[in-house]
Order: sequence, then structure tokens, then C-alpha cells
Amino acid sequence: MVTEFTPIAALVGGGLIGLSAVMLMALLGRIAGMTMILAGVLPPYSSDTSWRLVFLAGSISAPLLLGSIGVQTGFAVPVSNVALIVGGLIVGVGVTYGNGCTSGHGVCGIARLSPRSIVATCAFMAAAFVTVYVMRHVIGG
Amino acid sequence: MRLLAALICGVVFGCGIVISGMSNPAKVINFFDVAGTFDASLLLVMGSALATTFIGYRLLFGARPKPVYDVKYSLPTSKVIDAPLILGSIGFGVGWGITGFCPGGAIPALGFMDSRVAIFLVAMLAGMWATRAFRERQPKAATA
Repeated sequence: MVTEFTPIAALVGGGLIGLSAVMLMALLGRIAGMTMILAGVLPPYSSDTSWRLVFLAGSISAPLLLGSIGVQTGFAVPVSNVALIVGGLIVGVGVTYGNGCTSGHGVCGIARLSPRSIVATCAFMAAAFVTVYVMRHVIGG
Repeated sequence: MRLLAALICGVVFGCGIVISGMSNPAKVINFFDVAGTFDASLLLVMGSALATTFIGYRLLFGARPKPVYDVKYSLPTSKVIDAPLILGSIGFGVGWGITGFCPGGAIPALGFMDSRVAIFLVAMLAGMWATRAFRERQPKAATA
């Protein structure tokens, strides 16, 4: 499935992601990493779940808010339900061992020049390139 | 006020994710499909988010010794590059490539009201929960 190159939306959206990360640090003193925010609302519960739940609720409301003001956003899932289940499990295990994902390591961690985050980001980006190549051009091709 | 601040941060985060296309698996997988239907948008998303955070953090840490609603900034201090970090991240990349969903992309995507987002998230949360439960049993098993 072809998707259109959307440079303006990418730059604006990326800027908002960064703005949110800086706001969360300025206000609550926390890293805007989705893995750690989710981990804090799973058992065994951390002592500080309420701000995490509210942050999650706010981010889930985004497609509805944007839709209500007429912002067009693309969404398509080009893989099977089996792939979603298997891939979802692997993501869950991976981000827990790796202590973070795209938002925590890729944005906040690299912005702090954390060596762990730089290594983690190189690892998951490389793995994703190889995986998509194999899925689409070795198995799928 | 602290919770209102967290809510606003969440809304801004979600809007950024949705506008940028990070919550759109078709677009994410195309970014990784350099040999096929390549879409470079994600590179600009990462670059823009990183540049904003890099500059913002520096301005913030230079200007304010502590956050508004806490006594100090909570920053990870570990610098150890170990096997769990590398292997876990490789695993995450494999799953991200298979599905086109990362945690930060999938959570806002729930708002699209598509059951496939829920399928991914239930599997992902099960993976996170099981891994944590397994790791917590490890030290006990070692001492027993």
C-alpha cells in the first residue's frame, strides 16, 4: 500500500511530540516515554499512576479532537490480526527488556545524549528495517 | 493542577503522534520499506521531535532547577549498555516492523476506534506484564 510523503505534517507533528516531551519535563519532571508510562499503570502498580492514566487518556482523545476540528489523518493497518498478536507480544517483551521505545529512547533519551538510548534506537531502527525487508521482499516477495 | 498539566501534555503528545503519521501503521511500515513503497515522512518526524526536545531540554535545564509540580527532574542515570538493552530493543524493532505499531503510536491510535489497535495493545500489554512478572521471579529463584 502506497502512502503519500507528507513533509509538513511530519515536521509539525514531530514538533508537537517534542513540545509535549519538554512540557512534561518542565511541569512534572518526567520523561515522555510511552513504555515507562504504560509500565507504571500495569501491576505491580507504581505509587504514581494517576498522572500516567491522565496522560494516556489525553493522548487517546487526540484523534477525536483532531477529527472534530476537521483535521484529516490517515490510518490503515496493512497486516493480519495474527501478525498484530505476534508482533504485539514481541513489542511488549522487547520494550520491557529494552526499557523504552521510540518516544523514551528515540526522542527523550537521544535528546539527553544518553548512550543507552542511542544504542537502543540504532538497534530497534535497524531491526525494523530488516524485518520489513524480510516480511515484504523475502517472505512476501 | 498537576493532573491537568499531565492531561494537556497527553493531548499535545497524541496530536503530534496522529498528525505526524506515527499512529498510522501503513505509513510506518512504508518508512522501513526502503526497497518497496518507501515513505520518508517518519525521518522528518523523528528529526523534528528530536530537535525540539534537544533544544527544549537545554533551555529548560538551564533556566529552571526543578519542575513546576515536583521537587526534582526524574532522569534515568544508568549508562550500562548490556544484553537486555540491545536484545530487547532488537525485539521491539522486529515487532514494530511486523505490525507498524510502537507503544507511543498505538495508544493515541486507540482513538480511531478500530478493534485492530486494541488487538495489538492487548498483546503488547500481555507481553509487558508477562516479562515483568518473569523478571521479578528471577532474583528469588536465584536465592532459593
